[in-house]
Formats: sequence, structure tokens, C-alpha cells
Amino acid sequence: MLSKRIIPCLDVRAGKLTKGIKFQGNIDIGDPVEVAREYYEQGADEIVFYDITASAEGRAIMIDVVKRVAETIFIPFSVGGGIRTVDDMRSVILAGAEKVSVNTEAVKNPALIAEGAMAFGSQCIVLGMDVRKVTPTPDMPSGYEMVIHGGRTPTGIDALGWAKEAERLGAGEICLNSIDADGTNDGYELDLTALISSHVGIPVIASGGAGKSEHLFDVLTRGKADAALIASMVHYRTYTISEIKGFLHGHGVKTRMNW
Amino acid sequence: MKDRKRTGMIGIVDYRAGNLTSVARALAHLGEPCVITSDPRILDDAGRIIFPGVGAAGAAMANLRETGLDEHLRKWVRQGKPVLGICLGTQVIFDHSEEDDTDCLGIVPGKVRRFPPDLGSGGQRLKIPHMGWNRVALRKGHPVFAGIPEGAEFFFVHAYYPAPADETWAAGWTEYGIRFCSAVARGNLVAVQFHPEKSGRPGLAILANFCRWGGSDAQ
Repeated sequence: MLSKRIIPCLDVRAGKLTKGIKFQGNIDIGDPVEVAREYYEQGADEIVFYDITASAEGRAIMIDVVKRVAETIFIPFSVGGGIRTVDDMRSVILAGAEKVSVNTEAVKNPALIAEGAMAFGSQCIVLGMDVRKVTPTPDMPSGYEMVIHGGRTPTGIDALGWAKEAERLGAGEICLNSIDADGTNDGYELDLTALISSHVGIPVIASGGAGKSEHLFDVLTRGKADAALIASMVHYRTYTISEIKGFLHGHGVKTRMNW
Repeated sequence: MKDRKRTGMIGIVDYRAGNLTSVARALAHLGEPCVITSDPRILDDAGRIIFPGVGAAGAAMANLRETGLDEHLRKWVRQGKPVLGICLGTQVIFDHSEEDDTDCLGIVPGKVRRFPPDLGSGGQRLKIPHMGWNRVALRKGHPVFAGIPEGAEFFFVHAYYPAPADETWAAGWTEYGIRFCSAVARGNLVAVQFHPEKSGRPGLAILANFCRWGGSDAQ
């Protein structure tokens, strides 16, 4: 059986982590490559990089980061943020990323998913979704709405409908972020994750709300997620990835324990 | 089987089947010189061959026939050169693949089948492709799998799996709704369905073992 994946997420701006990450001796590390190496050694199953750089110059720096990461860690990793065209995807994949993720751009231009899947295979294309809870309406029967531009702009698009449409277009995986749970450290949005995961045939990575190991257990069992994204709980060194995996393993969740 | 020195270049066969640079990067990390090429003369001189690839069997075989690399691959295996197949490279060494109903290289008798659509485990429906980390019960005593800890997991992305005609050629088994052959070893050929170049330390260990392997499946 497949192991449930634990995936740390790193936000990068102009080649540096947006927040320094504390490591042994409380040294503040700003280099995404060094932090990726640390998480690889702790047993991360995959790593997500999110590029929040806006400028063209920043994009070139990100490609350099991707190349250095690919020479340093030997597990799959994905890159998202600002991917607008198949050429953007190609440059990231050629630099060594396994997967690219598209979010706002895919909502604006759904053909991007199909074009990416055609060019590189579905397994390379991750759909990022930022979702908020709403009162169900005929247009949004699932009670969850897609929001874009980093969670700032509501779209009126039903989240479940969009997930199914993206799968049909060729997305190979969904990274599902609850903007209601994001930053709370109170746990993932289990209902949302279970809803989407049980209605699509592609893996779902749960995102938003992780504060302790029990939250990962919940979302990987009741929440039916295939993988769990984590950020602050490891970035602030409250937990190591190995500790989280040890907890999950001890509670009967199949986790990769030998690395 | 002649024992080959580990010196010399490792040839990575480029047949326009996906991005092959991740294998090259893993070898660079191990300090092993390699070249990615479709030129059979360069590959003839290589001490050993890695045959990777992602994508569809039909397109891959069409390209191998068009470039004549199909004949060269059969020759290198026949000559006793150590050959390592990875993912799609592993699938096309068999006789036939259900993907695009493709006749393949026929180096190892057997077929490549698609996972059944109703694949399930414990009442839960399993997703296809099989994507992520899974265990491989590896054949003990094979030099390429030496030192790999029990229970080690490897990274997979595939919807089709190898079914060798003779199960004694299977060198690794994996469970995903069904039990399938995830590694094959026969003489100087080793072929794996997973991606050793993306499987962390155990995967790198397999690549390092392959780079030192003489090409005989006896220890």
C-alpha cells in the first residue's frame, strides 16, 4: 500500500525563504536549498516550493534555486507560483522539478491544465485550490467557493465542481488549501478534504491549519487525504518531520519510516 | 559473464521519453561520470547502460525503432553489458504492453498490464496511477540490491506494471490492491518500475550498486 506523504511547504521570494527557519543552535536559515536538504534528511516525502516573486528577474532566480535543489535532494518536489504558460512549466521541469502547480492562472485559463498535461503528462500537473466555506447556493451546491489571488478574490465558482473539471482536463493531483483553516493551527478542514477526495480519482494533498501531529492523523484518516502539507509546525521547530512521522506510524497510519 | 571494471562512462539512453536529467543528477551526486545521448557509438563505448523514461509505451517504441536504438538495446543486453531499466524503460523490455497495445523489445519474455479499474484494498477504492511511496520486497543476494534495508520504500508513478513470463525473474514485489512485480533481474539486466533517482537514500544505494556491478546476478 502507498504511504501517506508528509510534505513541507517553503515560500520563496527572490531566492530566499520569506521567513527564516530556525535550525539546530537556533541559526536562522534563509536559503531554501539548505532547508530543503534538512527536511530531506528528516524524511520529508516530497517538498513544495511556492514562488511569491512577481518580477521577471525574480523568476530567473527561482529557476536557479530549483536547479540547486535538484542537485541536493533526491525525492520529488514541486514548484508553484506565477506559472502562466506551458513555457513557464517547461523551464521549471527542465530545471529539475517533478511537478508544477497552477492555481489562479488555471481558474482564469483552464486550458493551461490540459496543455500542461499534454506536454508533460498528468503526473506533472498539480492543481492548487484556495477554498472558503460559503452558504450553499444553486451555483455553489457544495458550500465551498474557489478564491484566487492568494485568497483575496472570490470567484463564485463551486470548489467541488472545479476539482472535477480540473481532473477531467488532466490535473494529476490536487493541493487543497482551506483559507478558513490556514494560519489557525487548529487543524485541517476535514469536511472539505473528505468531500473533494471522495469525489475525484486523483490524489489530494490537504493544506491549511496544521498545528500538531494529531491534525495530520485526522486529515489522513477521517479527512481521506493522500498527503498532508505542513509549514509553521516544522519551520518554527515545534516538531521535526521525523517526530510527526513517528507519531503517525505509532497510530497505525502507513508512513515511510526508512529513509 | 565477463566482469567489467567500474571505470568508464555510464550511458543514459536518450530516446525522447521525458526528462532524463534527474538520473544524471543522481549519478553526479554519486560521483559517477555519465552521458545522456541517443548516439549508439557513444553508448557502445559506455561501460554500462541506464535505460530510463517516462511517458507512453507506443511513442517510446516508435522512437526506438525509428532511431534503431531497439536493435542496439538488444545487442547490449546480449553482449553482457550491465543494463538498468527504470520505469518506462523497464516496461518496454518485455514482449508487449497493454498501453497503446504496443509490441515492445522482447528482451524479457512477458507482458505489461494495466492496473484493473476496480482496484481496491480493505473496501477502499485505490487511485490509478499508483503514485507515491511504496515498499518493495527485494530479492536477497542480488548485488544491485545489496544493503537495502528491509521495508525500504521507493517512489512510483505508473498505471501499468510488468508481468514477466517466468516469476523467478522477479527481483522485487509490491502490493497495491494486487501484488505486482516491481523489479526484474536476469543475467546482466536489472529493471525497476520505481524511480531510484527520486527515492532518497535507498534509491541512491541501488544506483551506486549498479555502478559497481559486474553484470552477474550471482553474488
